[in-house]
Amino acid sequence: MSDTKLVNLTIEGRAVSVPEGTTILEAAKFAGVLVPHYCYHPGLKIAGVCRMCLVEVEKAPKLAPSCATTVGEGQVVHVYSQKALDARKGVLELLLINHPLDCPICDQAGECELQDYTFQEGRADSRYHEPKRFNPAEDFGGDVLYVTNRCILCTRCVRFMGDVAGSRALCVEERGDRAHIGIAPDLDLSHPWGANVIDLCPVGALVSKDFLNKARAWELDRTASVCPNCSQGCNVTLETRDADVVRMKPRSNATVNQYYMCDAGRLNYQWINRDDRLELPVVAGKPAEWDAALAAAGKALKGGAVHVVAGAGLSNEALWLLKQACGTGLFRVAQGPEAPLAGVPDLALRADRAPNGAGAELLGFRRADQPLAGAAGKVVVIVGDDLDGLDTSALGSAAAVIAICTVVPKGLPAGAILLPMANFAEEEGTFTNLRGRVQRFLQARPTPGFARASWTVLAALGVAAGTGGSFATAEAVFAALAASESTFGGMTYDTIGLKGQVAATAGVNA
Amino acid sequence: MGYPHKSHPRETPVLSKYFGDAEARTLEGWKARGGYKALAQALSTDPVAIQNIVKESGLRGRGGAGFPTGLKWSFMKLGDGKPHYLCCNADESEPGTFKDREIMRWTPHGLIEGCAIAAHAIGAETCYIYIRGEFTEPIAVMERALAEARAAGIIGDNAMGSGKKVNIWVHRGAGAYICGEETALMNSIEGRRGNPRIKPPFPAVAGLFGMPTTINNVETLAAVPHILNNGPEWYKAMCLGSPKSNGSKLFSVCGNVARPGNYEVVMGFSFKEFLYDLCGGPLPGRKFKAIIPGGSSVPVITIEEAEQVKMDYEGFMEFGTMLGSGGVIIFDDAQSMPKQLARLARFYAHESCAQCTQCREGTAWMTKILERIVAGDGTFEDLDTIFELTESMTGKTICVLSDSCGAPVCSGITRFRGEFEALIKGKRSSTVTVTA
Repeated sequence: MSDTKLVNLTIEGRAVSVPEGTTILEAAKFAGVLVPHYCYHPGLKIAGVCRMCLVEVEKAPKLAPSCATTVGEGQVVHVYSQKALDARKGVLELLLINHPLDCPICDQAGECELQDYTFQEGRADSRYHEPKRFNPAEDFGGDVLYVTNRCILCTRCVRFMGDVAGSRALCVEERGDRAHIGIAPDLDLSHPWGANVIDLCPVGALVSKDFLNKARAWELDRTASVCPNCSQGCNVTLETRDADVVRMKPRSNATVNQYYMCDAGRLNYQWINRDDRLELPVVAGKPAEWDAALAAAGKALKGGAVHVVAGAGLSNEALWLLKQACGTGLFRVAQGPEAPLAGVPDLALRADRAPNGAGAELLGFRRADQPLAGAAGKVVVIVGDDLDGLDTSALGSAAAVIAICTVVPKGLPAGAILLPMANFAEEEGTFTNLRGRVQRFLQARPTPGFARASWTVLAALGVAAGTGGSFATAEAVFAALAASESTFGGMTYDTIGLKGQVAATAGVNA
Repeated sequence: MGYPHKSHPRETPVLSKYFGDAEARTLEGWKARGGYKALAQALSTDPVAIQNIVKESGLRGRGGAGFPTGLKWSFMKLGDGKPHYLCCNADESEPGTFKDREIMRWTPHGLIEGCAIAAHAIGAETCYIYIRGEFTEPIAVMERALAEARAAGIIGDNAMGSGKKVNIWVHRGAGAYICGEETALMNSIEGRRGNPRIKPPFPAVAGLFGMPTTINNVETLAAVPHILNNGPEWYKAMCLGSPKSNGSKLFSVCGNVARPGNYEVVMGFSFKEFLYDLCGGPLPGRKFKAIIPGGSSVPVITIEEAEQVKMDYEGFMEFGTMLGSGGVIIFDDAQSMPKQLARLARFYAHESCAQCTQCREGTAWMTKILERIVAGDGTFEDLDTIFELTESMTGKTICVLSDSCGAPVCSGITRFRGEFEALIKGKRSSTVTVTA
């Protein structure tokens, strides 16, 4: 960094120093000024076509498109001068003349940059008296619906598919005001990363078929989280309406997923809301109070050798507490085909379709295709595995079975002790991705019934078994974990933050 | 003019001397007329010396912008180790312009010679002649001439035995006006959609295939052999007006005029004499009314203004218009200016590449307003809207297509406002309320 030359300039009266080659638009962010823009996106090649980011640069003959103009020493930039405001007002008027203004039925309303900037800088009325252009909406395949009439032709989607996803699926068809986004006759957006164009679209032209007409943007609560669907650990935002997750969107993280997430991850969220959850502890086939259930479980644990089956979707905190209470054990990870995103290094839908296989391994758990092998005759503790597809005959001869779960696993013997726990969206915790990056997720929805956070249940189980201490928060659990596991040494929720931190001895990824 | 009529005695036929002469199309015929002497001499001359000769001659770009050609060539950094490219812009699509077409049809070897000299002067080994797709005959003529020149070793890996490599290829356009814009032209050659690129970087730094590139118009390149043969002083001396405009210029004349066609005159020629003498004046019983002097993209002027103009870059500027590409479009008193301008706007709306918002939406909106006025449904506010819209569309886009739509329309409304107001006042429909 020391050999990077800094350029000094003034933007809206504020002096900033930015590295040589920075664009005025990016430099303005340093000055705390967001220049309105549509076609510019930090993850995409510069197009300079929407002409929305025009700013006035002193001594320049014409207004400059700030996304495509690099900074110069001593430049004086005016973002809000009358000339620049007039130019942007003109652009907004032109963007709206053929726009259907169907905000009341548009999914993008409330998170639409066309709405926002028009409200901020646009005209209150229109001078357009001609008939509006009309084109029918088109199903682009995958999760994407193209509502042609709302399109402002910023070409973000075309550039993403071409330059980042490496697909020629999209292009601009036709010329003049007849232009629209076209799709290759032999391709569609069922590309594994195709739905990212929905996030990239600054208006309501590319909308999600999955989310269509489900909720208004302003009704949603947003929670920082991590995608639980593979070991990449893409940072996401869980968007909830009335406590149900209705949408999962990528949250930018330059190291992990930039601005993107794959369709398989994005669209696999419905299970978070499933309503066949275990909501009460169960002992001997009957609902029980937590205290009684924990006492029964503690007693059962002392009845012989313990066989532990863990889930690769458990948080580091839960796994560590499980290790304290019952020792380590086996876990399995569902597999699927890998799907890399061509234009971003080390970003892919990974074969490991669970978020925390790496964390489980770092904490001493071992992978196994048949995690129930060797369980016969022992006290079996199953945490977070639904046992789907497993041979559960060993459970019939087990000394005791304790299942800590969100839904009741299939094939459990009638006398099993069931303890209801929260899923990842209902609790706080951390996952470790395949590069050893520890990332936090926050609670997005309430726990159903009497279910408790996984770390609460496992801490209580440790206390009942007389092998572990009690904890008041997930953060405290993690602090104890970091103190006892050298891999996580020195890490706290504060140092991890919302962008993650690489575990000390795990990291190959920067 | 040369073709299909004989040249007018007051013309100065340099480029058009052999128009209509079928023999000049062949290699032998062209050599017999003094062809390829300049190239032979140029190939043994230092490129910088050629640049300087062209600089001294005062030759300026004939495609419309009028940028000094020698200066443009000198932007090419010789010996930088990169492949350089020359593009000959033969995508002559500007409405009213058809001079390059005739140069290619009748003197293809003249253009090849100019291209080869220019390529040598800028250190390029490859030249692409980008020809408008609709020009089927000129393409065939150029291809035939190039085959002849290649077979004779005039161009190729050892051009005229000089040891220099000059390869020239024809690239056929697919019919988009915007591909005449130099950066869109380069995209088109590369096989991309013909969208103009953001400048900077300028073509001399990063052009075709990302390499230093010079783009010159057909007429510019065709003039180069003559400058080398006759010397820069000869060319510089061809000047009747501003000393900044030299040489001969082909003007394509069309519209309501007695003798439409191409005319080659010395820069600074009187436009009045040009119109009434060379072009034969108006059709019987009509009077000239308005003129677009430099292809449809330049402001329209009245005949009264036109009669005072000296035909050079500065002369047209004086009256608020431009020499442009030299496509003179003449309207007589039988024409409705609103109708004509609506048709022009429609052309730009059709040809906008759709990148920039102002151009994509603005040209189409302007067309709709003008067509509504012509249909008798206009209002006085519409005229104000057109001016404000033009302001939004000018100087704010990647290329100048959007500016080019506003220029003739606004100048037309300013100069012929009465015609617009008559249409608005005599409107037939009652669906629009006039509040002005």
